[in-house]
Amino acid sequence: MTAKLAISRPVKGASGKTGSWRTFRPVIDREACNSCGLCAQFCPDGCINEELEIDLEFCKGCGICAQECPKQAIKMVREED
Amino acid sequence: MPEIPKEEYILRCTSACAGCSSSLVLRYVFKAAGPDSVLVVPACCTSVIQGIYPNTAMNIPVYNVAFASAAAVASGMSTAFRTMGRKTNVICYAGDGGTVDIGIQALSGALERGTDFLYICYDNEAYSNTGMQRSGGTPLGARTTTTPCGKKDNKKDLDRIVAAHNLPYMATACSAYPLDLYKKVKKALSIPGPKFIHILAPCPPGWRFPSAETIEMGKLAVKTGMWVLYEREYGTFSLNGASKAAMKKRLPVRDYLTRQGRFKGIDEETIGILQQTVDRNMDRYAREVEGIC
Repeated sequence: MTAKLAISRPVKGASGKTGSWRTFRPVIDREACNSCGLCAQFCPDGCINEELEIDLEFCKGCGICAQECPKQAIKMVREED
Repeated sequence: MPEIPKEEYILRCTSACAGCSSSLVLRYVFKAAGPDSVLVVPACCTSVIQGIYPNTAMNIPVYNVAFASAAAVASGMSTAFRTMGRKTNVICYAGDGGTVDIGIQALSGALERGTDFLYICYDNEAYSNTGMQRSGGTPLGARTTTTPCGKKDNKKDLDRIVAAHNLPYMATACSAYPLDLYKKVKKALSIPGPKFIHILAPCPPGWRFPSAETIEMGKLAVKTGMWVLYEREYGTFSLNGASKAAMKKRLPVRDYLTRQGRFKGIDEETIGILQQTVDRNMDRYAREVEGIC
């Protein structure tokens, strides 16, 4: 069969660097954090890894992690540029 | 608590809006389904968030099909896989427009034929992909771009329509309770035959609330009784988690409505009707739990 099919292949960054959408950046206060992992659980884009580090290249800055953190250890800080 | 796999099957990052609960749902559906799965997606938000051709963020095969045909395509796919002796999970992942309005005949047909597949409807209560037009899933009183003064009709009760097909397993879930959702998808995939899961997915730009409150809005929907978490396994009905507490004591629906811009300017009469509907539904579920009806 020689028909040409429209097939997309999985690639990282298929929608570009979505981190550029951000107006507010999440900043974790490591002193206050008790590593419960709720931020990683609720992150819609899976941008928070097991060590609870935020991938700022792709984080869209929705603020769910800051809102759901039981210790209020994540603050949303305005991006400067 | 179930052990959630650490693998992510969505590469960073889809082009979903910030705070999108549908991509949160999809993350957990993939985690529960594992790599041996195929996703069938009709026109909905998920068909546009995958990325820009020829790239995709989905690390699992996705088949994009026409609006009305998701369940029919899944039927054929499932039959082909089973004939080849493969156990691949066939999952339809459709929005409320593609399920409640346009795709309902294909869904009904597939359920009736007993196709071995899982149909997931993520319900953001409008056609969000095209800019928030009213759908059959939009609740009474909600403003959309096609109902600027608030919708005058009630939300279609999809779950009772599906339950009338007497399928082996059906459940409702909410994006604010991802572990409950994970458990339900896992359980559904372990059962042969047609399965259905209806998931409430709050949509920040469409419902007009800040993106950070996505999870809170889902929890409020369950705590006020606007959304009920339950399972129906071979006809046996059971309430889950937060809905058990909501059965005994729940917040007034006003708490849920006033947090969203789409209910701005809603009149007292409509709030009263919504509250009555919630109370009536809850009474019906209470009777069902006791096995009266």
